[in-house]
Amino acid sequence: MSRIHVTARVNGDKVEFLCDPRETLLDVLRDNLGLTGTKEGCGTGDCGACSVTVDGRLICSCLMLGAEAEGKEIGTVEGIANGEELHPLQVKFIEHAALQCGICTPGILVAAKNLLEHNPAPSETEVRYWLAGNLCRCTGYDKIIRAVLDTAAEIRAAN
Amino acid sequence: MAFDKLNSSDFKYIGTRPDRPDGVDKVTGRANYGADAYAAGMLHGAMVRSPHAHARIIRIDGSRALALAGVKAVVTRADFAEDVEGEYWNVLDNVMAGERALYHGHAVAAVAATSSLIAREAVALVDVEYEVLPHVTDVDEAMQPDAPVIREGQVSTSVPAGLSPNVVGYYEHGHGDLDAGFAEADLIIERHFTVEAAHQGYIEPHACLAQLGPDGRGELWCCTQGQWFDQKFCAALLGIETSALKVTASEIGGGFGGKTTQFIEPVALALSRKTNRPVKVVMNRSEVFKASGPTSSSSMDVKIGMTNDGRISAAQGTYRLQGGAFPGAWAMLTAQCAFAPYQINHVKTTGYDVMCNRPKVAAYRAPGSPIAAFSTESVIDELCNRLRLDPMEVRLKNAAREGTRSSYGPIYPKIGLVDCLEAAKAHPHWTSPLKEGHGRGISCGFWFNFGMETSVNLMLSEDGSIQITVGTPDIGGSRASIALMAAEELGIPYENIRVNIADTASLGFNEMSHGSRVTFACGLATVEAARDATDKLCARAAAKWGISEEAVKWRDGCAIPAGSNAGEFDPLPIEEIAGRMGRTGGPISGHHSVTPDGAGPSFAVHIVDSEVDPETGKTEITRYTVVQDAGRAIHPSYVEGQYQGGAAQGIGWALNEEYIYDEQGRLQNDGFLDYRIPVASDLPMIDTVIVETPNPGHPYGVRGVGETSICPPLAAIANSVSNAAGVRLTHLPMSPPRILKAMKERLG
Repeated sequence: MSRIHVTARVNGDKVEFLCDPRETLLDVLRDNLGLTGTKEGCGTGDCGACSVTVDGRLICSCLMLGAEAEGKEIGTVEGIANGEELHPLQVKFIEHAALQCGICTPGILVAAKNLLEHNPAPSETEVRYWLAGNLCRCTGYDKIIRAVLDTAAEIRAAN
Repeated sequence: MAFDKLNSSDFKYIGTRPDRPDGVDKVTGRANYGADAYAAGMLHGAMVRSPHAHARIIRIDGSRALALAGVKAVVTRADFAEDVEGEYWNVLDNVMAGERALYHGHAVAAVAATSSLIAREAVALVDVEYEVLPHVTDVDEAMQPDAPVIREGQVSTSVPAGLSPNVVGYYEHGHGDLDAGFAEADLIIERHFTVEAAHQGYIEPHACLAQLGPDGRGELWCCTQGQWFDQKFCAALLGIETSALKVTASEIGGGFGGKTTQFIEPVALALSRKTNRPVKVVMNRSEVFKASGPTSSSSMDVKIGMTNDGRISAAQGTYRLQGGAFPGAWAMLTAQCAFAPYQINHVKTTGYDVMCNRPKVAAYRAPGSPIAAFSTESVIDELCNRLRLDPMEVRLKNAAREGTRSSYGPIYPKIGLVDCLEAAKAHPHWTSPLKEGHGRGISCGFWFNFGMETSVNLMLSEDGSIQITVGTPDIGGSRASIALMAAEELGIPYENIRVNIADTASLGFNEMSHGSRVTFACGLATVEAARDATDKLCARAAAKWGISEEAVKWRDGCAIPAGSNAGEFDPLPIEEIAGRMGRTGGPISGHHSVTPDGAGPSFAVHIVDSEVDPETGKTEITRYTVVQDAGRAIHPSYVEGQYQGGAAQGIGWALNEEYIYDEQGRLQNDGFLDYRIPVASDLPMIDTVIVETPNPGHPYGVRGVGETSICPPLAAIANSVSNAAGVRLTHLPMSPPRILKAMKERLG
């Protein structure tokens, strides 16, 4: 099957790639662009491990075709930190021990960052429902929720 | 000072909560997991799987697949070693079917191609002719004399005569005289319980990158709980020497027991050998559900007698567990764990391992114990209700303690069950009033904990910093706990210690990261390796000072004179000794290899409040508290994390998670949409209380904590739901339809 030429931006950088029309955005990010921070847990949009943003909107990258990325701005876990400065969510996730195995962490960070951009003062319930599409099997979510709430409070205090 | 006299304040590093050493890797996407490895010239492998629950394989024809451009190889059972026996044969027959496909999803062939898309196309082009055979997926049906036989000749010698050949293991435990014990009882209750199979549900599917050359030497990268087991099993299945294969454990995206065996790794190696190219294989989620190693489903009968004052006078249990199409269900452990929290004079348990047409079970967090607790603690709760006794007081009255002869044989050393029960009783959750319509339940839980083979290397760098090499994949923060124990022993900052996970060529054999053993056994070996190193550091100081080695001791990162008789010398810091070690006798390292006994059982008590919606039958967990003995919490945040994670998995199993097979024996819910594990909006915060009853078997008193936390939830939630909805569910999970049905039946 002939491959499609796509131009997009990933974490602010212009990228060009050729992809099979059947390849997902997740396949492209991982296999073509070497951005393996985005994880595949199910391939059916049920686990959220592959969460990325497309033009600011949170999606499962396994549910979007790579060819659909033409002209889009993609945000992945690799783009969360600002150079050597970690995003406050990344700092708080480590501080709160909000990860055990860490496989769901990239997707949860992408989703949580997107939440705080939409809602700087979420309630516990709002955080739980926003992250309901991101499965974590290790933590029981307790420390994840606390880390997100603590980050939100810290960002609000700083602004 | 004796370890158990040490208080938290005696430690400088242990009990603190520093950032985990691999934290930045894991929040930036830099950490490499199983599927994150790539190699030049790499092929992609994919499995051909049986659509039938049980079928004879008449013919496999790969010619159409091989004709597809980009397809490089098709392998079948013929591409593996023939002369393997015992558990090696079981694993071989599971990773690649021989004469028969034994369950829906059983691998029968595999392909390698230049892309994963082509590999998937090729799978559909492999022609397999089957003769469908009768199947059985239910444990009780599989035990019937006329049940389809999975395989003859698997029955262990302990199994009583006259049972189906599917019954392959039989176990008995206990002591006393049951008749006498039940005669003492004022009330006896006997119940039948069933629990459906659950999956570990790790978010990372199995993945590996394999290379095996025509010289018989290979390398394997995979997500695993135990790289030395992948090494020896893969080598045996491929017919090569163990040491010819080097296995590197990737970062691991969850395991919970499910990554303690091999599924795709030997197949990837066989494809690599056939093509002489690196081959990557990644399971999809459907394959993980169908063809990795879920836990057993079970059928259980439990009978308990109690006196009016709440003493358990006798207890009896029978446990039937299916292990899939191979021996290896966990009935022995269920039978051993069932009454382990209690001091009972007359107790007997019986376990049956049964084969049926399901995937070969693997361990799942305290295998066998959660279902044991569910059955035992449900009956205890019913006895307490009928006798109008306080369930916490009854458990305290019967609790096992130091010196108790356990129901499975050994006499307990120092254990912390009573401490946990006292802490639970004193917890505000237990004393808080219940809301209208809510129910509260409690349960105890028990796990043995394990030690097993362990090797640790500790290497001093010239600047005095330390590298530690361990063989246990870091599945949930163990680099942090290992570094904390080394910092404590060496008296140097936590940040000056780097913990590395060894490949199989870089360290002596290690058991897997399982059995709640890592912080205990790997920690013990780390402490001993550090002491080995500090002995050598002290010897260098002694030589410098011209005094005997016995006259030098190690404190706060320095060699110092052991006493006033030793002479007056300024403390010699580790970095000074390290900087000169090349000229004072050579590099300094510590090593320790051990198979430690004394892992020290861990007990827990969970308190659960729940509310059941009478319209839908849906249960909401409204409050949850975990109380568990950690012996000594090295990094309390990760101890809490184990408590919370075990509770959450238990909540999922209690309320939702189950394998559902249709009449043809095909798995119906092979995805996270239909096999629904708890999501963030399903759960409340999970409160934790860390009890510290130090374990005499560890230098700092550590007990494993990883598994005990999943033992009480099934029972505690069942008891809570029973009190909330007025119906007692004896079939797990307590999914909304089952609860609704029970509530309707109660109303008549």
